[in-house]
Amino acid sequence: MASTILEMRDITKTFPGVKALSNVNLRVEEGEIHAVVGENGAGKSTLMKVLSGVYATGTYDGAIVYRGEECHFKGIHDSEHKGIVIIHQELALVPMLSIAENIFLGNEHAKFGVIDWNANETRTSALLKKVGLKEDPKTLITNIGVGKQQLVEIAKALSKEVKLLILDEPTASLSEKDSQALLDLLLEFKRQGMTSILISHKLNEVNRVADKVTVIRDGRTIETLSKKDISEDRIITSMVGRSLDDRYPPREPKIGEVVLQVKNWSVYHPIHAERQVIKGIDIKVRKGEVVGIAGLMGAGRTEFAMSLFGRSYGRHITGEVLLKGKPIDVSSVSKAVDHGIAYVTEDRKTYGLNLIDHIKHNITLANLGGVSRHAVIDDLRELAVANDYKAKTNIRSSSVYQMTGNLSGGNQQKVVLSKWLFANPEVLILDEPTRGIDVGAKYEIYTIIARLASEGKAIIVISSEMPELLGITDRIYVMNEGRMVGEMAASDASQEKIMRAIVRGEGKPS
Amino acid sequence: MTTESGPAPKSGVAEDVQQGPRVAVSALITNLRDYGLILALIAIMVFFQFTTSGTLFKPVNLSNLVQQNSFIIVMALGMLLVIVSGHIDLSVGSVAGFIGALAAMMMVIWPLGPFSNPLVVSIVCLIVGGLIGAAQGYWIAYHRIPSFIVTLAGMLIFRGICQALLGGGSSVGPLPAGFKALSSGFIPDVIGPLTLIPPTVNAAGKTIVGSGMTLHMTTIVLGLVAVLAYAYFGLKARRTREAHGYQAEPFTLFVIKTLVTSALALFLVYQFASYRGLPIVLMVMGALIALFVFVTKRMTIGRRIYAMGGNAKAAQLSGIKTERLTLMVFVNMGVLSALGGLIIAARLGQAVPAAGLGSELDVIAAVFIGGASAMGGVGQVIGAVVGGFIMGVMNNGMSIMGVNVDWQQVVKGLVLLGAVVFDVYNKNKG
Repeated sequence: MASTILEMRDITKTFPGVKALSNVNLRVEEGEIHAVVGENGAGKSTLMKVLSGVYATGTYDGAIVYRGEECHFKGIHDSEHKGIVIIHQELALVPMLSIAENIFLGNEHAKFGVIDWNANETRTSALLKKVGLKEDPKTLITNIGVGKQQLVEIAKALSKEVKLLILDEPTASLSEKDSQALLDLLLEFKRQGMTSILISHKLNEVNRVADKVTVIRDGRTIETLSKKDISEDRIITSMVGRSLDDRYPPREPKIGEVVLQVKNWSVYHPIHAERQVIKGIDIKVRKGEVVGIAGLMGAGRTEFAMSLFGRSYGRHITGEVLLKGKPIDVSSVSKAVDHGIAYVTEDRKTYGLNLIDHIKHNITLANLGGVSRHAVIDDLRELAVANDYKAKTNIRSSSVYQMTGNLSGGNQQKVVLSKWLFANPEVLILDEPTRGIDVGAKYEIYTIIARLASEGKAIIVISSEMPELLGITDRIYVMNEGRMVGEMAASDASQEKIMRAIVRGEGKPS
Repeated sequence: MTTESGPAPKSGVAEDVQQGPRVAVSALITNLRDYGLILALIAIMVFFQFTTSGTLFKPVNLSNLVQQNSFIIVMALGMLLVIVSGHIDLSVGSVAGFIGALAAMMMVIWPLGPFSNPLVVSIVCLIVGGLIGAAQGYWIAYHRIPSFIVTLAGMLIFRGICQALLGGGSSVGPLPAGFKALSSGFIPDVIGPLTLIPPTVNAAGKTIVGSGMTLHMTTIVLGLVAVLAYAYFGLKARRTREAHGYQAEPFTLFVIKTLVTSALALFLVYQFASYRGLPIVLMVMGALIALFVFVTKRMTIGRRIYAMGGNAKAAQLSGIKTERLTLMVFVNMGVLSALGGLIIAARLGQAVPAAGLGSELDVIAAVFIGGASAMGGVGQVIGAVVGGFIMGVMNNGMSIMGVNVDWQQVVKGLVLLGAVVFDVYNKNKG
């Protein structure tokens, strides 16, 4: 066996209030492809940020031993200097610069600040050849597809004399063909003696290229499997194998007639017009029912919800929306709201709240008509409404005049929820309603959801946390790559079943 | 809901809940901060009252002050909404100049017959202003062209048209007296003057200084009615709040606030009454200020503008039609720029190619001195008005003192920077 190139020992990283990593161990041998797998939020990306120096030495506990010496990276420059290069999920390329300019950005061949373009372009051509790209080095990044951009990122890594290449979800936004090409390239690099760490959800890919797999769950290393032990089932069990705590309020579903039905919903990417993001989705939600949409990041769940909610995402949207059997027009947010549809965003700070205004104004924003007459706001009625919802959703603040920017995540989420509850919708779409909030506040959010369902609202919950979906929903749709790849009653569902639907339904039409 | 059992919610309590006495103290500090700007204005006025040996508050000068600065304040009302919604409008000075030229051509040069009547011309000009605002707002709202660029283009375009209309460097006038009254007129004294001290004529046939004091009674009566109404409605609002079980501001604070405001208002009213009464332009400005306070504080459209400026995406996802709202903000700005242009032309009695030149910067400065945020979402009408008066009083006071125009600019620049630095410092602390 080859020698150990990297060992991360007992890495513990704490963010205010959250332990992202606790005593994680990772051991990578020279010349292997080592996969790191785990659910969203398991801590994979955090671990890689620790390794590459994004989180500087001293902000975490534990040791990084690379090629026999202990390393203390103060920033990404230190790790790159040693040949550790990370390629992030979101590509770090400048769209309006050329391939050559991007590859040598910050590292240009220059004399006294004057760039030697010939040297840059010659070297770029050589690098592009290595990754199998036939583009002109002068081509602008914006003019090549995502798959090729990924290859440019890799060429950029090669230009830094990389010895350990880390790829974070490299195929997340690539087509099947581009993904295969990328994986082939990884195998080629391996033959040349390079070591890679591959972070991925896609177990079929892991299965294909990885020599070893380390499973991370809830910020802990669960196990490291070697080639002969790698199987999808084994990995899935390892990834999700946590016990379901009693973290969900009990409820007795009273399910009525179908309220919302979406037929053959298709959406294209707003910028890359040829990319179809949502591919013919059909769903139904009934009165009093809580329906979950499971899937991994990038499955298209948020895109689906936002395109449904007043075409807030995407282009060339086609399909039909029926409310209680009648087709409705949801082509703008105000129309969707008028028809009784509400969407509670996953990103409350960017899309949900006016952070520089107080709770009262945020709560009434989506239904100002409810507190005004002839477009004149009744201040006292507004105050009464705000206080009412503050009590109903248990928002903890000194008063309704507190700025929402100063509230904790859980309380912010309750303000966004209050806003939409006051708009009195029939269908409520909740996108990652408990992301980034603590356990206590989560329970309160679940309780609100349960109460709304018992009041007869139709509720869709999008969540990446499978236990949450199993705990609070009646029925679960599984989504992957823009398609619904599974549907199951929550009583029949299990984390393994959902994960199977995701990884095996990959690319398969539903 | 609130009594649900479950994991004890711990987070947020400590940082979110303030203690009782601290609320009262912080309310006082907030109030002081709100009045800080008005206190600054008063301090500046008192300063110039001394340095100009009492000229500043002389009735004639007060009328001048209002007539010279009203167009800045009128335009600042529109600019406040533009800046709150997260934009900027650099074209207002040029639009004002163009509208002044248009009005003069319509009234003096073009043979329009009955349509050259000042009232008709004014209405047409306000409509044209609205159309200009719509034309600029269209690109900003629906094509997402940065407002800085669109209105910079507008600034060049309308200054150019203004000069072309007036045929190069010439001015067009004189404008009809009926039109000039917009800026230099006073409200008629329907009650009739009250003579306090009858004029004494000395041997040379001249009126002795200090004698011959009459009061414009309509102004006095209007002033008294306004002050009483202010106190009455303030008290009534308090009562309603308390009847609904909500805490109003401390009663002493309310009384002091009402008394000080009333005393100040009555003093100004008395000064105006002892000259020729209330200027018409002051009445127009006062009505507009009241309207915009109402729109921003009480109307849904005002609320939506603040929400859009605070977080445009969140506002849009709350069902607010942000494009249309942006367009309306610029239409409003266009109408007010046109009114500003009419006021300038009426004051000068003629249209000149340089009318309103550079005034966009005074208008923007007024709004920022008044505490608006360049990021959008924050700013008050009263703040912009007080900011406008601070600029006006400084202009006026320094001119009386004989400060060189060059140095006046330096001082104004420093005040703008100082006001914003103070504001940012305060917010970071608070």
